Amino acid sequence: MSALAGKELRIVGFLCNWCSYGGADTAGVGRFSQPTDLRIIRVPCSGRINPLFVAKTLLSGADGVLVSGCHPRDCHYAEGNFYARRRLEVFKRLLPTMGIDPDRFEYTWVSASEGQRWQKVVTTFTEQIHKLGPAPRFGLAHEQNPATAAAC
Amino acid sequence: MTILTQLKEQITAQLPKLDMVIGWERGYDALHATPLFMRSVEDVERLQIGPLAVHNTATYLTGLKNKKVGLVVKGCDSRAVIQLQQEGLINRENVVVFGFPCDGVVDLTKLRHHIGDIGRVKEVKASSSELQLTLDGQEQQVTLADVLADKCTRCRFPNALVHDHFAGAPREAHAASDDYADVQAFESQPLEARFEHWKQEMSRCIRCYACRNACPMCVCRDHCVAQSRDPHWVTQEDAVREKWLFQVIHAMHLAGRCVECGECQRACPVDIPILALKRKLNKEIKEVFNHDAGVDPNAIPPLLSFQVEEENINERGW
Repeated sequence: MSALAGKELRIVGFLCNWCSYGGADTAGVGRFSQPTDLRIIRVPCSGRINPLFVAKTLLSGADGVLVSGCHPRDCHYAEGNFYARRRLEVFKRLLPTMGIDPDRFEYTWVSASEGQRWQKVVTTFTEQIHKLGPAPRFGLAHEQNPATAAAC
Repeated sequence: MTILTQLKEQITAQLPKLDMVIGWERGYDALHATPLFMRSVEDVERLQIGPLAVHNTATYLTGLKNKKVGLVVKGCDSRAVIQLQQEGLINRENVVVFGFPCDGVVDLTKLRHHIGDIGRVKEVKASSSELQLTLDGQEQQVTLADVLADKCTRCRFPNALVHDHFAGAPREAHAASDDYADVQAFESQPLEARFEHWKQEMSRCIRCYACRNACPMCVCRDHCVAQSRDPHWVTQEDAVREKWLFQVIHAMHLAGRCVECGECQRACPVDIPILALKRKLNKEIKEVFNHDAGVDPNAIPPLLSFQVEEENINERGW
C-alpha cells in the first residue's frame, strides 16, 4: 500500500544499530503485528543523530519522526545516548515555536530483546501521528517564493 | 573625565603591547557606526562609544586567534568573550578586554519606523536618555527608550562581565530577570499561524548569511553546513524550506551558547526576527539545565555534557 493512497502517513524512524534496530528485528522474528507506516533508517548510535536530521525530515514532508536508541546506561558506545537525550529534548522543545506539533517527534529507548516494547512503541507513535493527520507542508519550490511565483 | 576619554587613555596605554584594539567609529553616515581596528595612537582618537556602537566586537576574535587583541566591549559583547573562552575557542591570555557601562544601543529598524527614512539624518548627538537628530535642516528629539533594541530593555548585564580595564562606574541593570514574555506571546498563537509566520518571514530571506557572519558563536567557518557539499544537507535552491532549515540548524547550533547579543537579527538586511528562535531555545535551556550562556567562564555548555540521571528531562515512557 502506498503512502500516497492516504491511509498511511509518512513516518521516519531513526534506530540505533545495537538496540532498537535489533528490537524491531526481534519484533519481526516474533511475528508481532505492527503498523507499516514507519520507514526505518539504521544509524550506528542515537548519539549519531543530529537534530538536523530530524529537522530536515520534518521539513521535507514526513508526518512524524521517531528516534529510538539503547536505554541510557546501556549504550554500545558508553555515552552516545546521554548526549542524544539532551539534544533531542532541546530540539523537541523548539518545535512549538517552529509551528510544528511537538507530538510529531518522539524519542525513546528500546533494547534488542524488547520486541514487545518495540511493537507497543511503534503502534502508539503511529496512532499519535494519525490523530494529528498529515503535517503542514511547504509548497513546491516556485510556489514558496512569492517573487518567483509571480514570474512563473 | 568622560568614559570615552578614560577608555582612550586605557587603550593608548595598552596599545604598544597589542596587535590591535577593536572598537567602533563613525561609519558612512552619522547614524551608522562601523567597527574600528586601532593599531596606532591616531586610530584611538576616532573611537566612539554610545547608543550607536551596536556591533559585537567579539565576533572577530576567533579569526584573530594568534594575535594579541584588545576589545572594547559592552555587557553582551563580554558575554560572547566568556562563551568563547568557555568553549576553548580563544586563548584568554591573548585578549585584553576594555569594558564600560552600556546604556543600550539603538535599533535602526525601530528608528526607521519612528522617523521614516533614516538616510535623511545628517547629524546625531546622543545623551544617555535621548537622541538629538538633525534631519532636513531641523532638529528632532527621539527618546532613547523608544528606539532601544529589545535586547537592551531586558538586559541584565550592561557592564562587561569580564574585563581587564573598566572605564566609568558600573551602572544598574535594566531588568532584574528575563521572563521571556515575547516567547510566550508568540506561542500563544495557534500552531498553523506560527508555521505561516515563519513561512512568510523566511520567504523574504535572501540567503546572504549575514546572520551567520555576524554571530560571534558561529565558528565553523569553511565547514558551515549551509555551504558544505559533502555532506550536502542544505541545497542551493531558493526555497523557503532550505532557508528555514538553515535557520533551524543555526538556532540548534547555538542552543545553550547564544548570548543574545542580537547580532543575527541586526545584521539581517530584510529584518527577519530570527532572534526569536534563539530566545526560545535559551528559555528552554534555562528551564531544563538552569544554564545561562556567557556568564561563567568555567561552566560547560549543557549540550557538550550530560548527567547520567537528568533532573529535568522526562524519560519518555510512553
